[in-house]
Amino acid sequence: MKLDRRGFMGAGVAAAATLSAPTVFAAGHGKPRVVVVGGGAGGATAARYIAKDSGGAIDVTLIEPTRTYYTCFFSNLYLGGFRDMASLGHSYGALASQGINVVHDWAIGVDRDAKTVALAGGGSVPYDKLILSPGIDFRDGAVQGWDTSAQNAMPHAYKAGSQTELLKSQIESMPQGGVFAMVAPPNPFRCPPGPYERVSMVAHMLKENNPTAKIMIFDPKPGFSKQGLFEDGWARHYAGMVEWVSPDFGGAVDEVRPGSMEVVADGEVVKVDVCNVIPAMKAGRIADIAGVTNEAGWAPVNPHTMATRADDSIHVLGDSSQQGDMPKSGFSANSQAKVCAMAVRGELTGSAVFPARFSNTCWSLLDSNDGVKVGASYEATDEKIAKTSGFVSQVGEDDATRAATYEESVGWYAGITADMFG
Amino acid sequence: MLRNVLNLFTALPLLFIVGLETAFADGHADVGERLFRRCASCHEVGPEARNKVGPHLNEIMGRAAASVEGFRYSRALTAMADDGLVWDEDMMDAFLTRPSDFVPGTRMSFSGVRKEEDRHELIVFLSTLTPETGLGTAHIEPSDPDVAPEILAIEGDVAYGQYLASTCVTCHQESGETDGIPSIINWPAPAFVTVLHAYKNKSRENSVMQQITSVLSNEEIAALAAYYESIQQ
Repeated sequence: MKLDRRGFMGAGVAAAATLSAPTVFAAGHGKPRVVVVGGGAGGATAARYIAKDSGGAIDVTLIEPTRTYYTCFFSNLYLGGFRDMASLGHSYGALASQGINVVHDWAIGVDRDAKTVALAGGGSVPYDKLILSPGIDFRDGAVQGWDTSAQNAMPHAYKAGSQTELLKSQIESMPQGGVFAMVAPPNPFRCPPGPYERVSMVAHMLKENNPTAKIMIFDPKPGFSKQGLFEDGWARHYAGMVEWVSPDFGGAVDEVRPGSMEVVADGEVVKVDVCNVIPAMKAGRIADIAGVTNEAGWAPVNPHTMATRADDSIHVLGDSSQQGDMPKSGFSANSQAKVCAMAVRGELTGSAVFPARFSNTCWSLLDSNDGVKVGASYEATDEKIAKTSGFVSQVGEDDATRAATYEESVGWYAGITADMFG
Repeated sequence: MLRNVLNLFTALPLLFIVGLETAFADGHADVGERLFRRCASCHEVGPEARNKVGPHLNEIMGRAAASVEGFRYSRALTAMADDGLVWDEDMMDAFLTRPSDFVPGTRMSFSGVRKEEDRHELIVFLSTLTPETGLGTAHIEPSDPDVAPEILAIEGDVAYGQYLASTCVTCHQESGETDGIPSIINWPAPAFVTVLHAYKNKSRENSVMQQITSVLSNEEIAALAAYYESIQQ
């Protein structure tokens, strides 16, 4: 059978849009304009795909404050000594040379009636379609005693760059036999295996330099992603070093005291040497400002297009979105960006729109050449992005499998960053 | 594997020319074998070796270029073979440095092995490959099952394939660069279809690829194959 586009659309799996006359186009001002806020896995990918696939028919502006973007994914490997910080940094030169108008500024306001985005540096940028991919922000008061003014004493290191470097230098300066504490976040949060991969990488570093040191994880959750795999890895590689404190034993900390480097849990005061506080999260601030977030702090979206439920001219990608079953990950954001780019292009230029499909894989490193992964496929239903099937690494896999999984993750990093930044 | 290779020492003194003895003494053959995994996604070796995306590589070293029966080589490589190209160590080293520079027009979509010592290790390993050489299954996929002719005959929709490929490029780079994940561009469509079905029916191991292919229909696999065959590097 020959499957042509008409046959395909006729088969009609949730044909979100068709090849019939587009409805929006540019509202009386020449080329349609797409503005993307946030140059990470969601935003950079969306900007690149819309520019590339529209062949110049859409005017694309990408607003991103930093000139060099450090990926949060793989930043744990920097902590473990497997990557240097420079290898996580990416510039926007290739995207600019592909015709994307890259603006290094902060987006500070959205006027949904006038359809403009205000910039911190002054002026505003008009849009027909606005794509927000601002990652995460932290909830005020989520951890008693901690706010961003305490982030130098107790780093979050959950946005990569100087925070990650600070955390690493603090770990390196720990006294022999000292205590590294992590205050883990409640669900939902960016990169579900991230805190636990971080513990593995910190343990790897301490095993070499400070083998009598201890790691304590204060966790408000009764369980976590790939828990069996992580606990097995910690037992095999870092026996006796890692202690996970579940909520039943005070994992939901009473407070932290950045001044005296103390964690108060279950009424007890624990003196620590390094404290990595990863607070509860919410959508990046600009999503809030645009008025597309809900009470939980995330932006509910239409799974077919990633358009927000609140305003179909505004799409939200990645960590900030509330879409259903996908974890908040760089891979997810990249996957959602391609669906969004196709939908936006379809609306603005009438190009073909195929049914949305999504995928995600999260790799984690336990120790040298000991990689594990979890992944799934997803489809768009009217209600949510729904998981269709998935897989996860198994405890007891042989060394070659684990080494191949790590090697695969390195290949993925090269692949996704090429896909994001051109 | 080691026993097989050791037997070769007595059988094939020629191998010493490329320093196999030293390599084994230093344990370097492992390095070459590991590097070969990237090749193995397209090239089979061993007793059951068949031509796949690329020709089989049994006894590749010392062989005249473009000489495996039944493999459709690029015109570029065939022309060089007509001029007398033989895969000795120097020629192989030059080729592996950047295949598309050494054979402009080659159909092998592989960007090359940058490090000289890696190329050396790889060539040492290539020198061990004969029809009798067995390789661990962790490195070489078992022969992929044949795909039914009616499935191979499906004509793929390139535009749909391009959309579906947006999932692939998160790992398999559009440029053909490889950094731990094989290049999949320019594969002949029948090979592409065969390999994807091998993951779909789980005769090839890799949980990510099994997952990705589990949601692809026969038509979608054909569309991807058509798109990837159409890409010009």
